[in-house]
Amino acid sequence: MLRPLPLLTAAVLSLPVAVGLLGTVLPAIGLGAVGTGLSAEPFRAVLDWPGLTRAMAVSVSSGLLSTLGALLVATLILAGWQGTRAFVWLERMLSPLLAVPHAAAALGLAFLIAPSGWIARVPALVLGWDRPPDLLILQDPWGLSLTAGLIAKELPFLLLMMLAALGQTDQRRRMAVARSLGQGRIAGWLKTVFPALYAQVRLPVLVVLVYAMTNVDVALILGPNVPPTLSVQVTRWMAEPDLSQRAVAAAGAAIQFALVLGALAVWWGGERAVARLGCAWVWAGRGLPERSARAAGLVLGVVSALAVLLGIAALALWSVAAGWRFPELGPDALTARSWMRFGPEMLSVAGDTLTLAAAATALSLLLVVGCLEAEHRFGLTVGQRALWLLYLPLLIPQVAFLPGLVTAAAAFGLGPSWTLVALGHVVFVLPYVFLSLAGPFRAWDGRLARVGAGLGASPDAVLWRLRLPMLLAPVLTAAAVGMAVSVGQYLPTLLLGGGRVVTLATEAVALAAGGDRRAIGVWGLGQTGAAFLPFALALLVPALVWRNRRGLRHG
Amino acid sequence: MRLPLIAALAATPAFAEPDPANWEAVLAEAEGQTVYWHAWGGSTTTNDFIAWVGEQVAEQGVTLEHVKLADTADAVSLVLSERQAGKTEGGSVDLIWINGANFASMKREELLFGPFAEDLPNWRFVDVEGKTVTTDFTIPTDGYESPWAMAQVVFIHDSARLEEPPASAEALLDWAQANPGRFTFPQPPDFLGTTFLKQMLIELVEDPGVLQGPVGADYAEISAPLWDFMDALTPVLWRQGRAYPQTGPRQLQLMNDGEVDIAISFSPGEATAAIANYELPSTARTYVLEDGTLGNASFVAIPFNANAKAGAMVVADTLLSPEAQLRAQMPDVLGYGTVLDMDALDPADRAAFEALDLGVATLSPEELGQALPEPHPSWAERLAADWVARYGVAN
Amino acid sequence: MADGLRLDRVRVFQGRRRLLEVDATVLPGTVVTLMGPSGSGKSTLLSYVMGDLAPGFHAEGRVTLDGRDLGGLAPEARRVGILYQDPLLFPHLDVAANLAFGLPPGSPRAERRAAVDRALADISLSGFGPRDPATLSGGQAARVALMRVLLSAPRALLLDEPFSKLDTGLRRQIRDLVFGRARAAGIPVLLVTHDEADAEAAGGPVIRL
Repeated sequence: MLRPLPLLTAAVLSLPVAVGLLGTVLPAIGLGAVGTGLSAEPFRAVLDWPGLTRAMAVSVSSGLLSTLGALLVATLILAGWQGTRAFVWLERMLSPLLAVPHAAAALGLAFLIAPSGWIARVPALVLGWDRPPDLLILQDPWGLSLTAGLIAKELPFLLLMMLAALGQTDQRRRMAVARSLGQGRIAGWLKTVFPALYAQVRLPVLVVLVYAMTNVDVALILGPNVPPTLSVQVTRWMAEPDLSQRAVAAAGAAIQFALVLGALAVWWGGERAVARLGCAWVWAGRGLPERSARAAGLVLGVVSALAVLLGIAALALWSVAAGWRFPELGPDALTARSWMRFGPEMLSVAGDTLTLAAAATALSLLLVVGCLEAEHRFGLTVGQRALWLLYLPLLIPQVAFLPGLVTAAAAFGLGPSWTLVALGHVVFVLPYVFLSLAGPFRAWDGRLARVGAGLGASPDAVLWRLRLPMLLAPVLTAAAVGMAVSVGQYLPTLLLGGGRVVTLATEAVALAAGGDRRAIGVWGLGQTGAAFLPFALALLVPALVWRNRRGLRHG
Repeated sequence: MRLPLIAALAATPAFAEPDPANWEAVLAEAEGQTVYWHAWGGSTTTNDFIAWVGEQVAEQGVTLEHVKLADTADAVSLVLSERQAGKTEGGSVDLIWINGANFASMKREELLFGPFAEDLPNWRFVDVEGKTVTTDFTIPTDGYESPWAMAQVVFIHDSARLEEPPASAEALLDWAQANPGRFTFPQPPDFLGTTFLKQMLIELVEDPGVLQGPVGADYAEISAPLWDFMDALTPVLWRQGRAYPQTGPRQLQLMNDGEVDIAISFSPGEATAAIANYELPSTARTYVLEDGTLGNASFVAIPFNANAKAGAMVVADTLLSPEAQLRAQMPDVLGYGTVLDMDALDPADRAAFEALDLGVATLSPEELGQALPEPHPSWAERLAADWVARYGVAN
Repeated sequence: MADGLRLDRVRVFQGRRRLLEVDATVLPGTVVTLMGPSGSGKSTLLSYVMGDLAPGFHAEGRVTLDGRDLGGLAPEARRVGILYQDPLLFPHLDVAANLAFGLPPGSPRAERRAAVDRALADISLSGFGPRDPATLSGGQAARVALMRVLLSAPRALLLDEPFSKLDTGLRRQIRDLVFGRARAAGIPVLLVTHDEADAEAAGGPVIRL
């Protein structure tokens, strides 16, 4: 029962990607239904596009810088504040942000920082401007506002991932030793806890990197558009009415994929370099300006959280706003009109969205726990190569393989349907669930299993009565992450559902294209709520169940 | 009376294609069908209207599901990938709100069902003579798509900030140079942005008649005045032309935020509807250029492999009903122009149209004037591509 | 009498419950042994001295080291070394870097290298510098952990059942080494244990809880 699960899981993950990629590569070299025979023409068309260099540069720089930034801030917060009241407060502020859909967060942020936005309205009111300054803050050519937006959005994800893995790093005793040896709080944490923690969250970090480089929704709203990032341009080629452009889009997607691989290589180089520097730092024995570093972590964390929270607050206000013009700080009047217009439909779609997310997540959890347990019992380790397959869906831009996948599914008589969408979501949900759960699952003290076995418990009993209950918090966190991922899926839902499976994500992105802030407010809040619910439960349930078990709580 | 029988006989051996000419049979087949209408979902007023259409067709037993697209091309992709996969029936798209470029592409690729439009019962009310409903961007529709609304380019300005808006290409440039940073347009190849380029080309070209044919060898010569104009205009655009709104509604948002003073729209009633929805200040007004503006019709088409062709035809027909057309024209609903011929209507219906208050920011048909014909679709493609090459990758 | 580690009516609480109360002075070069059953709060007391009390616990009373009040000082500023029952060598660093970790900053690199090499030689582990700590035997790791804390030049040493995981033969050897080095360094040592043999070998006052 358990033995074939790892193989099945590998197939569930890799087959759709492989088939979909084939559906991309063939048109990129001129083959397939829109092709005209083997040719380098699609690639030549991409290389001839005058914006290519800049688009690639912005994709890479915004991807690398935002990942680095989010990791840095998350690290400073954890190192400097973990275990303090400020940290609890910051964690409470940041965790719900994980659930905020990217598009909604980006739109909120855009309203905040635009020259006609909330922040600029304060001096505008004071100084009596009736027109906002014509400043290129949003959509700047170097993608700085895109980078900042991605940092704000990825910070909660990394922080939660790191926090979940922290329980497995023996940080208390390591820190006690490091500090008794004269190291400051942050310096000691960086030297002793960070290496172990990073090893656990390395894959989530890489996933953030890939997402940051290839996302479309945030880049559309905050990123430059003359030219846009490469992934946005690929989506544009896909959307061209001229069907021959699909081949160009496919070639662009292939280049994007190569770019992702290149950035991953750069990141790995960076990891090595940092490890060497860290070693030299340990030898030098020097510390850090602890006060400034702690203050920086707190300030950056608070600013980042506030940026998203205020953005969401702005959307919420827009959802009940009557007229609201520049430079007013608030609307002329409040009205329930937008909620009456969009509310009822939004709620019913929210129900469907959560059902779909629950189905995809349940299936993913089943496969993941099965795989991990098989690995534990039979030593069926998911080898390094198989592990790569597992992360493939996250490492390949969705636009690159989903259209090819739809074609292939239809060829097997699998038309667009709810089931297909749910299965498609599993492809993207499962890696996240695996990423969240594998570390804690593997790090679970195996001696407890032997103790259990010694007391006469079967392997199944050990799994169900010892391991999973003890891992309740990570299991629920993984489920919440999985559900949030599912709630956020746009392209798979649209393409695999043939547009018939309506979720909050498809509705929100369609509305984001229009830019009606009131509607976006209603739907964005709905999507936020839908993704937030599982997280709230993931935080609440273990705290309730294990309220008298300090050993099962982190910290 | 033998015709239906023959049609039925002809239809059964293959899979049952509904015969548009036999409306009774279409109605019977449509009952109980669910129609997936793929239409752009970015406009909340349009979404509300489509929901209302759903209520109407429900009376005929048709369930209408609005599949909200971020881009019409998504639906085209879907139909294309279904054909690639050999799915020639039971497809997932039943009806598409289609634009000229996508229509040209789908018609050329034989991805459409039809002809059906001229067999719809309500076709008898359509103003075939006075409105461009049988060609779409100069491509003959041949009954492969059915019109449902008339659109015409208008410009929206905030009368509180700008009383006398510039009403020609030259005046626009002069004004923009005097007021740098106060004008922009949706970024081509967005449909509305490309429309702005076409509109300016019509203004600037000596003989707009040449635009009715496909782009020829003299493209560079014909389009040169437009690019001179754009070279002068771009540096004085909003953000110096280094960023653009991506869609029409975003452009309205910019206007509401006080970032720009003039916006282009393809919907004469949009400003009025936007005021009603608080999306524009109550001082927003609409105007057209002195030498007239482009106009075209909005169409719906049915993919060749649609699952509910009969139901889709019922929806297309309902869209042409005087009741729906009247509702679409109401300023607080859509404010779209009707495709119907007033003289063909019942007196009661005609009176209802005449009694309609178009709203404070909507021009009367006389003020709108005769719409200028759309150029051949190859112009839109070429202009958009050329714009992207010239200004889309500013460094 | 300012020298040494002074625990002035230190009381440790878990929530409202008082776990223990200790009043003791540990003179430089001597070992005071604290004995008590599991859960009596011995380790928590050490955490308090370290300045690293876990959430849920609190303590009252003054702790001074060589006349300096430790209250309010950050753990790294207290110069109090600790050894646990696990050697807690940092697994990502080699043996030499583990030893260098506690060296006070400021000295040139060559000097630090030399100090680490001397320390390795001192515990008969010359040449073990580049080794992965995970490859050391229990006794070797315990010696490295001791050397690491001594290299940081602490002004007091806390021992949290440091010998309990070693087998009997090894235990005596390491115990003698630790006590010997601590006496030689002339620093006060506070030992927490539930092994009578440890207390006996420590040779100092024993406080039973």
